[in-house]
Amino acid sequence: MNDSSEKLDLAAVRAKLQGAHGREYWRSLEDLAATPEFQELMEREFPRQSIGWSEDEDPVKGRRNFLKLMSASLALAGLSACTRQPTEFITPYIRQPEDLIPGRPLFYATSTTLNGVATGVLAESHEGRPTKIEGNPEHAASLGACSAFSQASVLGLYDPDRMTTVNYAGETRSWGMFFGALREALTAQKSKNGAGIRILTETITSPTMADQFKRIRQMYPGLKWHQWEPAGPHGARAGAQMAFGQPVNTYYDFSAANVIVSLDSDFLASGPASLRYARQFAAKRRVRGDKTEMNRLYVVEPMPTPTGSKADHRLALRAADIEVFAGALSTAIGVGKGPRSGDNNDVYKWLDPIGKDLASNKGASLIIAGECQPPSVHAFAHAMNAALGNVGKTVFYTDPIEAEPVDQLASLLDLVKDLDAGQVDLLLILGGNPAYNAPVELGLRDRFAKARVAAHLSLYDNETSRACQWRLPEAHFLEAWGDARGFDGSVALQQPLIQPLYGGKAASEVLQMLTDHPEMASRDIVRAYWAGQHSGADFETWWRRSLHDGFIANSALPVKTPALHGESIVAPARAPKLNGLEVIFRPDPAVYDGRFANNGWLQEFPRPITKITWDNAAILSPATAHQLGLDSANRPSGVNIVGKMLELTYQGRTLRAPAWIQPGHADGAITLHLGYGRTRAGRSGTGIGFNAFGLRTGQAMWHDTGLQAKALSDSYEFATPSIDHTLDPRRHIFRAADIEDYRKDPNFAHEGTEDPPPGLTIYPEWKYPGYAWGMAIDLTACMGCGACVVACQAENNIAVVGKDQVRRGRSMQWLRVDSYYSGDPANPGIVNQPVPCMQCENAPCELVCPVQATNHSSEGLNDMVYNRCVGTRYCSNNCPYKVRRFNFYLFSDYETPSLKLLNNPDVTVRSRGVMEKCTYCVQRINAAKIDSEKEGRKVRDGEIQTACQATCPTEAIIFGNVNDPESRVSKMKAEKLNYGMLAELNTRPRTTYLAELRNPNSGIED
Amino acid sequence: MSQLFHHSANAIARFSIFGGICLVAGVAWLGWQADTSSWETRANEHRSQPVPFSHMHHVGGMGLDCRYCHTTVETSSFANIPPTRTCMNCHSQLFLSSPTLEPVRASYRTGQSLQWTRVYDLPDFVYFNHSIHINKGVGCETCHGRVDKMPLTYQYPSLEMSWCIDCHRDPAQHVRPREFITTMGYQPAGDQEEIGRRLVKEYGIQDARTLTSCNTCHR
Repeated sequence: MNDSSEKLDLAAVRAKLQGAHGREYWRSLEDLAATPEFQELMEREFPRQSIGWSEDEDPVKGRRNFLKLMSASLALAGLSACTRQPTEFITPYIRQPEDLIPGRPLFYATSTTLNGVATGVLAESHEGRPTKIEGNPEHAASLGACSAFSQASVLGLYDPDRMTTVNYAGETRSWGMFFGALREALTAQKSKNGAGIRILTETITSPTMADQFKRIRQMYPGLKWHQWEPAGPHGARAGAQMAFGQPVNTYYDFSAANVIVSLDSDFLASGPASLRYARQFAAKRRVRGDKTEMNRLYVVEPMPTPTGSKADHRLALRAADIEVFAGALSTAIGVGKGPRSGDNNDVYKWLDPIGKDLASNKGASLIIAGECQPPSVHAFAHAMNAALGNVGKTVFYTDPIEAEPVDQLASLLDLVKDLDAGQVDLLLILGGNPAYNAPVELGLRDRFAKARVAAHLSLYDNETSRACQWRLPEAHFLEAWGDARGFDGSVALQQPLIQPLYGGKAASEVLQMLTDHPEMASRDIVRAYWAGQHSGADFETWWRRSLHDGFIANSALPVKTPALHGESIVAPARAPKLNGLEVIFRPDPAVYDGRFANNGWLQEFPRPITKITWDNAAILSPATAHQLGLDSANRPSGVNIVGKMLELTYQGRTLRAPAWIQPGHADGAITLHLGYGRTRAGRSGTGIGFNAFGLRTGQAMWHDTGLQAKALSDSYEFATPSIDHTLDPRRHIFRAADIEDYRKDPNFAHEGTEDPPPGLTIYPEWKYPGYAWGMAIDLTACMGCGACVVACQAENNIAVVGKDQVRRGRSMQWLRVDSYYSGDPANPGIVNQPVPCMQCENAPCELVCPVQATNHSSEGLNDMVYNRCVGTRYCSNNCPYKVRRFNFYLFSDYETPSLKLLNNPDVTVRSRGVMEKCTYCVQRINAAKIDSEKEGRKVRDGEIQTACQATCPTEAIIFGNVNDPESRVSKMKAEKLNYGMLAELNTRPRTTYLAELRNPNSGIED
Repeated sequence: MSQLFHHSANAIARFSIFGGICLVAGVAWLGWQADTSSWETRANEHRSQPVPFSHMHHVGGMGLDCRYCHTTVETSSFANIPPTRTCMNCHSQLFLSSPTLEPVRASYRTGQSLQWTRVYDLPDFVYFNHSIHINKGVGCETCHGRVDKMPLTYQYPSLEMSWCIDCHRDPAQHVRPREFITTMGYQPAGDQEEIGRRLVKEYGIQDARTLTSCNTCHR
């Protein structure tokens, strides 16, 4: 970093914006400041690997050596084609399974859980190996969409770093030996009524496991069951207790909500029903033809989230101020007694207009409190929803979905007390990683040693396994049977796609070892439980039907209306005095609480908004950075974004983390994402990032004041693929308007831009008599969650390149989601734009390929022929959209046996030296075309779903035949909002965008 | 100063110029020949199999239809190699003591698959779909040759891209009515050109531009 250069100053940036007219977007603060470093960085297509062009610059990789090497490789390249096909073998079945047709995938309904709550999925199986996860359209929590976590779970299944054997104190053992040891311990417990047995699990909603616990407790009444979920909805649980005096499960219906206030809730992209909520929210926002009604979203949050980026009005508040805001808002609508003014004027400025908006939408509004917010905020939200008449219309209550809703922190403290007292003879830890992610002051890692026998069932040999004598391999959810409740209490079934790869067992099987029938397999356990639950003689039919659907029909918990204990909702404290900075802990958008740390797809997935990969950071606002003596913006230095290291001290504990300056973050606060700094995660996850759990105490699980931050002199290089892969938004890349302006001028997206007429080219006209594939992306719907990016990676065998290569700008994802900002850097508008290949009709890439490796298909796709590509990268240089990706090395893993099972057999695994890019999932197009041809019909609209489209929670991406005027995509493209990105270049992109619309409240001046 | 080179050196110079060109051309020609030879393409080469299965006996002699064993050829991209069970349908009663069939019986007994050597092995970047070819009237014989005359199966065509493309450019030369799809030694009842054109229309076979688009075979 050039220290002598002038500091990036917020004032200067603001001055620049003053001069701008109209809605202007910027990529990042350094872009806005237009520093020379940034402009230099943007000069070249692949700035990070450009070699020196003179011998002086680089004696090894200089121009002459480069030419010598190139000519030699060219001469030898021809020879590489002259290989004889190696001999391959075919091993058929002995007895072929009835439904299985080799070469055709089968789909099975199953379910995946996060924090114990189920979402239905369909798993694609190729000859017995699961390769891809899709949403289950019939499951209420999925509606066909799928999260990035679920998408990446197949990589988790084949992860070569999974625990492979039963292990006792470092030596390989068998399940039989563990069972022997367990029996011995249990026999000793018989006389004590099991008073020495402790079971520690993650949150459990499974009815089957609840039943197992019931039976085990009958045998061992003294046994204690503890639950710990580091990123669980602790505040919501306590908030329900506060508001209703009983634990209650809350869920929402956004299809009936016109006005939504999010109190730090990222309901669109996190939480067990976010896929459903996002679908409903986007549908309520969709403007088509004459329908110009939109819902309105207010968001108050400290750290920009996908939900915040969709807000019509977003207020960046410190996490603690949100409680004050909630109290004041409740007063504004007449239910609370909170103060309506205070020190922090920001908190109170929008109360009246929001209150008015809510009051005029009684029964059609929604106030939603974030899972990381304290109980009082949840209680306020319950009280306000009740006062606004939303209960039963947009808000629904049921009994808790958890098998045993407990205060998990108290439960953990109880365990610690017993461990200290030496009362724990047998400790079974089923899943989770409490030694890493429990509150730091508990020191669980060392305390586990106080249990006489400790066993940990886990997918990975992680920090907790290390602290236990017995390490037991857990079966992945695609390897075992099970069940779990969804957001509304409905039961989803989990069925395996493959035998356990490493002999792992499900948690239910280990629990079963404590019972009188210790050797039951998970299938029998689940089946036996449901056989007992189902009345009627048709169990077999009912069971098969339920397995086929993936869930048990009509099993949602009945909706109830608990009485509100208004008096117990305390009046909010005044805004807490700013004692140092506020520290905010949040689960990481990609590795969550650290459980996905060894998943390369998620590690390399650019986080929503920040686009950081392979890392977490101390995220703070430009103004706070300025106060700490840093630049007011992230800066590229040489070839990368470099952040200054900060020393963070909170309650006597210290953590060093690099600063990431994020426009739109609340001032006076630093957000730390959990899940990094793992010491035993595996080859991908160990030793990267900074362990925010090292500062997190039980007393302040999500936020607290009293953080001290000190800027250090050393700096840290981030890995962000975004800078040189994004476009300059000043070129009308992103178009948007307020709904009022749209009503006045529906054609706004085309004003001031040029749309060249068809036929304006010197090349012969290319006709598309059959199908013409195209895509439309609705920017009003897209919230930038990035599920599409991981779905694309899973579908198309896209390689993981690693942190170092991402730093060099070589990430391989075919689809990226760009984020742009507009307005004041302190509280900017944030927009997202997914960018796949545009499949241009006049494609610049095709014209420059010297070996015809990229060609125009008869249906308008820009085909990429890997076996022809010689890697000149001319196509990439000529692509105005920067969507082409080059294999600089052999990024695909050809060696690891388990990862070979992962690949989609319908897509080529690319080797070194070839270019690749989005194909519109041509393998899916061809499969559907072949099926339709065999049936003698045309491909039906909606029959082909690209991987990104299929997974999108908001249905922002629509693909289809643009030659068919009745197709969904044609109808979208016929909208006035439809525009082509950089269409003035006459590329005639097949991927087009629908300009974004927002619905701001005219009573609020931003 | 006398001439440095004798007059005859001209001939050497001429010879070396033309000889050089010929040498380069010759080496290139040899390379081309090697590249398209059956050694390279492995056409007409018998592969060793665990059981010397004879299509001549089963198809030519017994008259079994291809689809008795290759059941998925009409529905899937992959024409399956039959499971051991299919062999045992007959061979649990026929040739019970034949030592050649011992691997098949052993497979059925032990549950260990037979491991057949692949005969038609396309490169990994080529995606061939059997079902669409069968449904559009490309007979088994067109690509697999007269298997009813093959005691041991071998690769009949070169499987070079030009061989595939020839048909994709002009399928009318090769398609046959669907009822003759598995027929060996099929003779068109009339002019192939004329029948072919009719069938291309009737079966809705796509135009050459679509059939020769890269993504038809490469993804």
